[in-house]
Amino acid sequence: MPLHLDATLVPTRRRALKLAGLATLAAVLAPRMALATEAQVADEIKKLFSGKAMGEGKIKLDLPEIAENGLVVPINLDVESPMTEADFVKSVHVFADGNPLPQVLTYRFTPESGKASASARMRLAQTQNVIAVAEMSNGQLYSAKAQVKVTIGGCGG
Amino acid sequence: MAIKSQPRVRVPAQAKAGEIIEIKTLISHEMESGQRKDAAGKTVPRDIINTFQAAFNGKPFFTAEWFPSISANPYQSFFFRAKESGEFTFTWKDDAGAEQKASAKLTVA
Repeated sequence: MPLHLDATLVPTRRRALKLAGLATLAAVLAPRMALATEAQVADEIKKLFSGKAMGEGKIKLDLPEIAENGLVVPINLDVESPMTEADFVKSVHVFADGNPLPQVLTYRFTPESGKASASARMRLAQTQNVIAVAEMSNGQLYSAKAQVKVTIGGCGG
Repeated sequence: MAIKSQPRVRVPAQAKAGEIIEIKTLISHEMESGQRKDAAGKTVPRDIINTFQAAFNGKPFFTAEWFPSISANPYQSFFFRAKESGEFTFTWKDDAGAEQKASAKLTVA
């Protein structure tokens, strides 16, 4: 359902519908359905971290199971770490593997952060996985993944 | 174009030494993703705030890099370990290089 996917990225959809009509709008939007696929994103993440092994655990990724509005999906992450000069979380990267542009955000922490935890709000174009990769000060990588079901305009997802 | 919106920041005014405090920030911004097309079918150019940084007494301790998947009016919360009294500076930077700043004082008892 290409129209529904796009609607999340087009806040002025209602206005556009009036102007263009449903059929023309669908025709205009259809060619740019360049959503990333799961495999592509997994590949890209691997490349980004030069294929290094990633551990499980350490990251608590807090996301709604079902997001009614794909435009504003709260994300809260918490990485287990003492956050001392000797051992802290350097960075956390978040990806959404079904968005046109899968990169969501990157956090850079320091020992002064006290806690490697942060919350933000993101856009999700469709039901998909959200992936977080944390890099520790000793270079170790950890990853976590969670699926979010995106419902738009109450038409099911 | 400068970022016109006045950011909102919530920081506790006082903290005990060693206490980890939560800081919440919010700024109004379209966060135009560059993926959208207008009624005429032309792509609306990307215009987002791509960097947020928090510093204490001039020393940055938290940076967030934002991509177009971040929602409009970006909210960001994060933590800080209080050690001494001082001042926070928060900086938002957009694609055009324009900046918006906010500050807040912290008293450590």
